[in-house]
Amino acid sequence: MKAWAVYDGTGKRRHMSGDSQEPPYANGLAALLDGWRLIQASPLINHSHGEEFRMGYLKYEFFFEKLENCD
Amino acid sequence: MTESILLSTKQVAFFAANGYVELSAAVPTTINERFLDAIGASDRREDGSPENLEKLSRLGGLIAKSDIPAVPAGTPLYDAFEESTALGDLIRLPSVRGAIQSLVGMKCLLDHHFVHVANGPLAYGSRRQVSQHLHQDSTIDPRASAFDIQMFYFPHDVTPDMGGTRFVPGTHLRVVSESAVARYQNMLGQRHIECPAGTVFFMHHGMWHGGGVNSTNLTRFLYKLRLNPTEPQVRLWDTSDLSQDDSRQRPIFFVKERYDPESVASILTRPLPWFENDTGRIEYIQRIRFWRHLIGDESFDADYWATRLECEPKQLDL
Repeated sequence: MKAWAVYDGTGKRRHMSGDSQEPPYANGLAALLDGWRLIQASPLINHSHGEEFRMGYLKYEFFFEKLENCD
Repeated sequence: MTESILLSTKQVAFFAANGYVELSAAVPTTINERFLDAIGASDRREDGSPENLEKLSRLGGLIAKSDIPAVPAGTPLYDAFEESTALGDLIRLPSVRGAIQSLVGMKCLLDHHFVHVANGPLAYGSRRQVSQHLHQDSTIDPRASAFDIQMFYFPHDVTPDMGGTRFVPGTHLRVVSESAVARYQNMLGQRHIECPAGTVFFMHHGMWHGGGVNSTNLTRFLYKLRLNPTEPQVRLWDTSDLSQDDSRQRPIFFVKERYDPESVASILTRPLPWFENDTGRIEYIQRIRFWRHLIGDESFDADYWATRLECEPKQLDL
């Protein structure tokens, strides 16, 4: 895991930019093993001619969710 | 005027790879104190009292009335500040002037400047303190070789709990749209600035960064200055440490000697924690292309990353 963002829909915790130096999991599989569900993975997009080396946003993005009971 | 202390080749190679140069405690205490005094910030204590909150609310007005000038964008830097002021003295310090000269040249222009203020929790009351999202300043910047620099000047000690600027070394060569990168709350290798008073960072305009939360009872100040080049940014630094080895290819994969970790090639091919496995290699190519511009040598390469991609023998006309 190279970069991460966490949004807690239960309202118990409010995360913000720069609030942790270590990722919540070392990799996606560790998150799956802890009960998270993978709901989206970024597609692989062919590199357009002339733009092969222009870098922008991070390439491999995965969305995970975990459902919790709320009172 | 004392001679500028230019950056070395190794420092500029580090800048090419990581996007910043740090001059720790480069500004003397007298200038730091004069700067804080000029903006009405000699006493940075916050106690949450009505008097203190009223004083903090007047801070913006004090800064506006200070001797820091409002400068039209595009003004030559060394016409913008009188020598008698704290900032005028600061930009003429041999180390600061040398770094500016090494990266954007002495004829650079002032784009804009600003005093950033981060209050502690007592100034917020019941309001929630939130860090600034990750962003790249300005907007999408597709320039291939020229670059601006942003000077971050910290006039007082910045302790870890003051929320000093957070930045991600090595992100500067990525072309993104300002706050679109806010979706990354945290990245491996991100750095939170903590530094002694008088520390100055020079950052490439593309650096991803954001302000942190100040958890102390002292107001935190940051003076930020953006500069544009007016001349090609080629070998503006002190190249006396440039070695012949820095322009030669070295063996790769099968090697018999340990690489010099301080060579330009080593600096340009050192990965950063947030690099993805495949695009990390493209970062090397980006750095090599950036260095080609800086060194003025379109044939430069490090570990053959660019050369093999450019090897396209053509059929000769007979």
